[in-house]
Amino acid sequence: MTTTRPTSTQNLSLEKVLSLFIRLAGYLSVLYVSLICLFLLKEGLPALREVEGESLLGRVWYPIEGYFGILPLLMGSLVVTVGAALIATPLGVSTAVFISEVAPQWAKEVLKPLVEILAGIPSVVLGFIGILVLSPFFRQAMNLPTGLTAFTGAVLLGWAAVPTIASISEDALNTVPRAYREAAMALGATHWQTIWGVTVPAARSGILTAITLGLGRVIGETMAVMMVTGNAPVVPEGLQALFLPVRTMTATIASEMGEVAKGSTHYHVLFFIGITLFILSLIFNITAFALSARKIKRSERLLS
Amino acid sequence: MVNIVMEKIVIDNLSIQYSDGVESLQGINLKIPANAVTVLFGPAGGGKSTLLRTINRLNDLADVAKCQGRVLIDGENILEPDTDVINLRRKVGMVFSRPVPLPLSISKNISYALEVAGERNKARLEEKVERALRQVALWDEVYDRLNDPAIALSGGQQQRLCLARVMALEPEIILLDEPTSALDPISTAKIETLLKELSASITIILAPHNTQQAARMADYAAFLLQGELIEFGKGQDLFLNPTDKRTADYVRGRFG
Repeated sequence: MTTTRPTSTQNLSLEKVLSLFIRLAGYLSVLYVSLICLFLLKEGLPALREVEGESLLGRVWYPIEGYFGILPLLMGSLVVTVGAALIATPLGVSTAVFISEVAPQWAKEVLKPLVEILAGIPSVVLGFIGILVLSPFFRQAMNLPTGLTAFTGAVLLGWAAVPTIASISEDALNTVPRAYREAAMALGATHWQTIWGVTVPAARSGILTAITLGLGRVIGETMAVMMVTGNAPVVPEGLQALFLPVRTMTATIASEMGEVAKGSTHYHVLFFIGITLFILSLIFNITAFALSARKIKRSERLLS
Repeated sequence: MVNIVMEKIVIDNLSIQYSDGVESLQGINLKIPANAVTVLFGPAGGGKSTLLRTINRLNDLADVAKCQGRVLIDGENILEPDTDVINLRRKVGMVFSRPVPLPLSISKNISYALEVAGERNKARLEEKVERALRQVALWDEVYDRLNDPAIALSGGQQQRLCLARVMALEPEIILLDEPTSALDPISTAKIETLLKELSASITIILAPHNTQQAARMADYAAFLLQGELIEFGKGQDLFLNPTDKRTADYVRGRFG
């Protein structure tokens, strides 16, 4: 018999190589992240020196004339993100509740994969839909000068976040033990009372994670937002500003990075915007982590 | 003196088949007396849970393919499609084999069912929570932490909380499906004492997880074997002088 079974010494050395490789991969990813951080800071921080702090926080973004106020971009991002969150959260969670708790079995089997496919649609394609369908519709329906507005962006991004929120929330609802539902129903709760009073609260931390992940996609979204928000760097003020063009931080970086002279003030300010974006999503992630960490403590108590 | 036994529940020729073809109950005829502990016992797969879950219509959630016969509570067939299931479940409480505290606080666990039933008055809710907790002898252990999550309680406390939750609705019937299978002997004894006390005014149907508990608790007992009712009678008769050979064999531990 001529089997090529490795001897034990071969086995051992293979194991060593493998463990070295895996360790290297782990260290490298830490290295990459810190390098990215360093690079961002190195290229972005000079902006603080080159532009006076006051005008960096100014209301005018007009780089050619030397106005580097990032306030309109920051506000633009916030308006679009908050708008998208307000749209996506209720829609996503109720979609999840429908799929997990209400829909009959065959509908579940069709809907869940469909929602997951939706989550994978590239944002450029969403942008097409935004430009060709959504924005003309809003322009006509609300009699606006242009359909490329903050509102259009918020709706589109909300749309983009719904599948993520729905799919992960549905997983969370699915892990709620059947016993909870039965116990509530046995106490005389109706189907809806059981859902809102017991099942959804029991899945609360999973649903929070879902919302965080969904909105994570929204904050970093660039392409779709650039295509539909009109790209006017104006500070949005008042409710009517929702229906005027805005420009987000991501869109600004994407559209201006290509034509800026390396090492110029403009270049450094663009990186500074990157830092701002980085800090924003860091705050977001830390909040999410704090929320789910509380969940771990609760479940630890559950096991004790 | 004439001993009149009032029947609370009459089960009339009840057959239930699940959609996977398993015939869980076959032509059960049973008259369950009011204000007593009736024990359903027998080996696993005998249809005890199915029978319990049919009485509060919780089996509606399961994959039942065929359900024939009648279940009369106070003379009314609760298997009729137009039965008010929600109301029925308030009248017929249920305790499960594993304690299932809802993911809420201790007091909310009890007030939830009351709030769902439409009670809004805070003072009355608090009063009912306290009374239910006292009824299950849990008040002294938890009165200073009513707003803690119910998950933080021990298993025995959780199960008494589940019983309190049912008691708060002032039910006429309580169904218990192996309520002490996950509990230690001391907690088990507490629950058993409670059930005996409650049976003065409530009809209790208990599916114990072992024969010893069945013998301890039974005012009346029904022996179920593979979906068939083999024998029904007074507790001491069934456990001391069973008439059917299969009951005798099971009670004496020859099989099961």
